[in-house]
Amino acid sequence: MKIVKALLAAGAILALTLLPTRAVTPDDTLVMASQIDDVITLDPAEVFEFSAAEMVGNSYERLIGYDLDDVSDIFGVVAESWEVSEDGKTLTFTVRQGKTFASGNELTAEDVVFSLQRALKLDLSPAFILTQFGFTADNVEEKIVQTGDYEFTFEMDQAYAPTFVLYCLTSTVASVVDKDLVLEHEVDGDLGHEWLKRNHAGSGPFAIRQWRPNEAVVMERNEHYEPEVPLARVIYQHVPESSTQRLMLEQGDIDIARDLGPEELQALEQLDGIKIQSGVKGGLYYLGLNQKNEYLSKPEVRQALKYLVDYDAIADTIMEGLAEVHQSFLPTGLLGSVEDTPFSLDVERAKELLAEAGLAEGFSITMDTRNTSDITGMGEAIQQTFAQAGIDLQLIPGDGAQTLTKYRAREHDIYIGRWGPDYQDPHTNADTFAANPDNSDDAAAKPLAWRNAWDIPELTKKTQSAILETNTEERARVYEGLQREVMDRGPFVIMFQEIEVMAMQDNVNNFIIGPSFDSNEFGEASKD
Amino acid sequence: MSSVNSGYEGGGRTRALFSGLGAIGRVLSMVAITILGLLAVTFFISRVVPIDPVLAVVGDRAPPHVYERVREEMGLHLPVWQQFAIYVTNVLSGDLGTSVLTSRPVAQDIARYFPATLELATLGTLIGTVLGVPLGVLAAVRRGHFIDHLVRVVGLVGYSAPIFWLGLLGLLVFYANLGWVGGPGRLDISYEYMLTPVTGMVLVDAALTGDWAVFRNAISHIVLPASLLGYFSLAYISRMTRSFMLNELSQEYIITARVKGVSEQRIIWGHALRNALVPLITVIALSYAHLLEGSVLTETVFAWPGLGRYITNSLQNADMSAVLGGTLVIGVVFVAINILSDLLYRLFDPRTR
Repeated sequence: MKIVKALLAAGAILALTLLPTRAVTPDDTLVMASQIDDVITLDPAEVFEFSAAEMVGNSYERLIGYDLDDVSDIFGVVAESWEVSEDGKTLTFTVRQGKTFASGNELTAEDVVFSLQRALKLDLSPAFILTQFGFTADNVEEKIVQTGDYEFTFEMDQAYAPTFVLYCLTSTVASVVDKDLVLEHEVDGDLGHEWLKRNHAGSGPFAIRQWRPNEAVVMERNEHYEPEVPLARVIYQHVPESSTQRLMLEQGDIDIARDLGPEELQALEQLDGIKIQSGVKGGLYYLGLNQKNEYLSKPEVRQALKYLVDYDAIADTIMEGLAEVHQSFLPTGLLGSVEDTPFSLDVERAKELLAEAGLAEGFSITMDTRNTSDITGMGEAIQQTFAQAGIDLQLIPGDGAQTLTKYRAREHDIYIGRWGPDYQDPHTNADTFAANPDNSDDAAAKPLAWRNAWDIPELTKKTQSAILETNTEERARVYEGLQREVMDRGPFVIMFQEIEVMAMQDNVNNFIIGPSFDSNEFGEASKD
Repeated sequence: MSSVNSGYEGGGRTRALFSGLGAIGRVLSMVAITILGLLAVTFFISRVVPIDPVLAVVGDRAPPHVYERVREEMGLHLPVWQQFAIYVTNVLSGDLGTSVLTSRPVAQDIARYFPATLELATLGTLIGTVLGVPLGVLAAVRRGHFIDHLVRVVGLVGYSAPIFWLGLLGLLVFYANLGWVGGPGRLDISYEYMLTPVTGMVLVDAALTGDWAVFRNAISHIVLPASLLGYFSLAYISRMTRSFMLNELSQEYIITARVKGVSEQRIIWGHALRNALVPLITVIALSYAHLLEGSVLTETVFAWPGLGRYITNSLQNADMSAVLGGTLVIGVVFVAINILSDLLYRLFDPRTR
């Protein structure tokens, strides 16, 4: 009996600790559950990860911005105006007056010039977006020069298409950092890099106050930002599991759940007080067909495989609102994007093409498949449709880093991947899908065309000439031509464009899901 | 790890002292060898897994010259044995390296994540032991009766149900439907910034500063994951207790005690359990160690920033300084728990003294 009593007592103690804790987030605080373990740095000169890019996008400003509903509409943010020189090689920017960093320091041309020079001198992963214009760590001090308190010049090595230059300046690497604040924390000439990895020195609507890796990122209103920011605080809480995110949203512990699967979204859609918001992003899902493989190097086989994917069924049943069919390498919204979808599941046509290639009996091949539910689901669906034409597709599941390592070494047969633009200009994708300057194993540049061993000297020239086309309409036509060529004979089965979907409390207003991963904006968001 | 001291008879104090020092020396050298071996195996495994560690730093888009520069900065161009030698030298000088995923020194990461795990696992083991041992004893005493079957079923479910699924189910019932407990995470957002970390264990820190609102909130968050881990170890501990008890209850000294008229309660709790405790300590220690390093799934479901998830995440991105640092801590914990159970052995078993 003593035991039973002891057990009862223990139970009672335990029960006492179970307190009702139905929480509501404060009115001036937006709490998001999100998978933020991809954040490895917060320095805009280094940031290239989805979550960190969004944080930088909302806490720093760039020279140029674009309309989130119509990417073709470019306007100045930190830049008030700009002029292009007669030879087309130099841009002179006038910096907008009256902008203030979160530190209280005024933003001037000195900060802008420092920021661009800093990104080039540090030469970290995203710096290539700026080196495309002929800048190097050594020449940048002569090429990007302050000419007044609110004026500076930007001298390139060639007369690049102005749209190309301006779109590159909308990317996070071109964010303006607070020179005085950053240099206060400089150690051994690192331009404040070690410090800025974990801190903030921007002029955007929010200031990043705290980053606790794998736990949370806390952002607070920049009191100097104009117009006034409605929310006092935005918190990203790291919640790796999507089912957990759903429960927390239902309970009111968070305002927005960021990483929900189709099932969770369907369930939440039915609930009162919760709304679903979505936006088309630039990410593309595609199959990369390695041209080192004897079967895949045949043009008929590449064509046949494009007829062996049930695009609509995958979009409707596996992705369920998280992707739409898209078959060209430029996502909808980018200059010159081709919207045609010439391929659909056509097993008979695929069989004819395979017969033309002398493979009427089919063949066996492998596909490296990342072990996330979306990619695995797609892989299994493709396996079934390939089998209808006699192709035995073996899926090799693997972790993200593992499959990517193999892909980058060109050791795959087929790789099922996802590619997002680095900036909002068409060159970002053309340069990877339709250019391969050197197909040798030790090539310096290794774009997607190289990873799939697609040797295309002519197409590479066309791609490289498109960035010098100053007439925007003509430029768009060049990209249309490139997309159709890749669609027709390229080693890429481009299938879907990604849609970002989030579920939120219906009192959250003005949260904007932009077209790129750094353009989800909450500077005007509020709760009522 | 156990070193039974029986090497001398009636010798002087000096001999005893030397023998004691020898035992400590033996233990220490074994600890050193164990940990070095552990590090070596982890290090070499990390170098043969087909994941490129540079990718975790520079991402997929970095130009080749940036990739090469970072590769050299990480020392990956050196021969593997040289990389290992550098690592061990650094560890010996107290430098565990920097995690590429968090941009923080690994030691600082561990100081943040280990207390979170320690808090959860300790509470889990406490729950498992406090409930598991009496249940196991009851099952043995009432062998074949209802309570015995019940314990067996409870144990079976704890053994076989995926902890991930049980966690989600627990959240659904106690957090979403009944609203009895706090949600995932260690504290409510509104309490997150009220606490200054001292030990890193929220419960302890809240108690130390006398902040009882935070303490209650922390309890409401930890109770579900800790009970889940507790249930998991309860399943194991109760089964083992039952079998140890059955073994003890069939011994002759029990019959002797009964013949002598000792009360049944005293026979069970005073004699049988006391003897069963010796092997049981090992079981509880192992279960504790397991919870300290193997709660990855629980930590994932409950968004608990613990060491298990840290190591797993680092491993998946080939962030080797972090993996090795974590392994080192787990290794030390295992050794410490082993030593502790050895000491407890001596306390409970006069034969080992």
